[in-house]
Amino acid sequence: MTRYMLLTKYHGGEGVPPMDEWSPDEVTAHIDFLQALNRALVENGELIEAQALAGLDHARIVRSDGGTPVLTDGPFAEYKEFLAGYQIVDVESEERAVEIAAQVSAAPGPGGKPLRQPIEVRPFMGALPGADT
Amino acid sequence: MTGGDRSIEVAGAPDGATVEDLLRACAPQVLGTVARRFGDFAAADDAVQEALVEASLRWPSDGVPRNPRGWLIQVAARRMTDQIRSEQARRRREELAARRDATTASAATAVASGAVEAAALAAAVVGDDVEDVDDTLALLFLCCHPALTRSSAVALTLRAVGGLTTAEIARAFMVPETTMAHRISRAKRTITASGIPFRLPTDGERPERLAAVLRVLYLVFNEGHTASGGADLQRTDLADEAIRLTRLLHGLLPEDGEVAGLLALMLLTDARRTARTGPDGELIPLAEQDRSLWHHDRITEGLALATAAFDHSRGRLGEYQLQAAIAALHDQAPSTEATDWARIATLYQLLEGLTGNPLVTLNRAVAVAMVHGPEAGMRLLDPLDDQLGSHHRLDAVRAHLHERRGDTAAAVAHYRAAAERTTSLPERRYLLRQAARLGA
Repeated sequence: MTRYMLLTKYHGGEGVPPMDEWSPDEVTAHIDFLQALNRALVENGELIEAQALAGLDHARIVRSDGGTPVLTDGPFAEYKEFLAGYQIVDVESEERAVEIAAQVSAAPGPGGKPLRQPIEVRPFMGALPGADT
Repeated sequence: MTGGDRSIEVAGAPDGATVEDLLRACAPQVLGTVARRFGDFAAADDAVQEALVEASLRWPSDGVPRNPRGWLIQVAARRMTDQIRSEQARRRREELAARRDATTASAATAVASGAVEAAALAAAVVGDDVEDVDDTLALLFLCCHPALTRSSAVALTLRAVGGLTTAEIARAFMVPETTMAHRISRAKRTITASGIPFRLPTDGERPERLAAVLRVLYLVFNEGHTASGGADLQRTDLADEAIRLTRLLHGLLPEDGEVAGLLALMLLTDARRTARTGPDGELIPLAEQDRSLWHHDRITEGLALATAAFDHSRGRLGEYQLQAAIAALHDQAPSTEATDWARIATLYQLLEGLTGNPLVTLNRAVAVAMVHGPEAGMRLLDPLDDQLGSHHRLDAVRAHLHERRGDTAAAVAHYRAAAERTTSLPERRYLLRQAARLGA
């Protein structure tokens, strides 16, 4: 019963072109796969939240020293580091979080092949520790 | 779940008892009875839930029936029979459709078996108070069955035995309601699929099954203890719920030392709850707590239970009895310095022997250090590197002992390492403050 965030960045898999170069069918298959996974996680009682983040056209980087913020728009050179989406799951063990992340990683890309995209798995920092004196 | 006003007080009931309190108290007994009679836990749970909803809608206006449990059992049983009859009818339609040239014999068989079932159902509806005690106990054993995952067992127990609604359980765990609903459904399906019978465990099964129940209850308690006292003032206080359920179990099994031990442990630990967090939600460890904030009624009750449990099973002390005895020694002491650390160290040694848990050894090291000085405590920590390696508590204890020895640099390093590794935000802040205090 620990919460983990599974982060998907735009890194994609090794040698995989960015999604705007895929065919519409390939994109649909990818989205359908992730939505099916989310549904399965809801049915398992494990999903807390899942979000796809809007594309980098809508992304801004904000910097401020307390005064007027400075905004940076795209295109971003380090686009691969940006977050594409995430799942928050509440699971029995780290092994299970890893298992779910593996499924996310294997989402299909061009030609329907599993992407092997790197998924970052992070446990949440919790509230007070347990009652052991 | 929208419904009638469950907060209405029940006429003639003990002070302030509401319809809601009454329904929660009845729920496990009703579910137990219906589940046992019909042999289908999942369907019984659905039927009982519907009966509870109907009660919450009707009792505030119609008045509470003279026999609330009987009323609920009747309504739930009626729903079960309706469900079964419509299932039967559906099956019969399918059978007859499949064999369009059905012989008179097979049609007659279908009718005959239906009559037997109907008679059995009619007999099942009659209530029988004598078995209520066993039913609640059997229900608790069922919900904590080792076949279920921990989160399933917790959710199901809170629902079926605790009488909390899905929404309340979801709020308590800060999980979306649909997710929690699925968790509970899944737990019920697991029970149905694994064919776990609705009965008390056999003598042979008992120790393991009871241990599973105690583990689940302690888990609920610890979940309650991690809450940082937010704005949620509704009855989703899991620590209180855990205590209530353990009290219920203690009432059902008054001779069991470990059950009494667990209840004592919960009371003695919960007694310190207010003193454990500062005004900004910061963690205050035992040694620094303002003991005047401890809850004395809880301590008195906990001490009595711990002593009785301890005396009751001298030769065969279980882990909860031992932990309760340790908590009792802390709670009795007016200060850290006046605590009977020698006895605590001995108890931790017994606990260590029982569980082999390296975290217990850590606690023993702290106690030993209080009696024999930090060096002695440190020596106990050395063998733990293999098992605990990068566990933050090992660093935290080392830091504390280094500080007591006057090795400030080492203490700071270990406090920082512990801060890096802990996953508790308040604990991290506490550890960083210690490091800062020494480093300054």
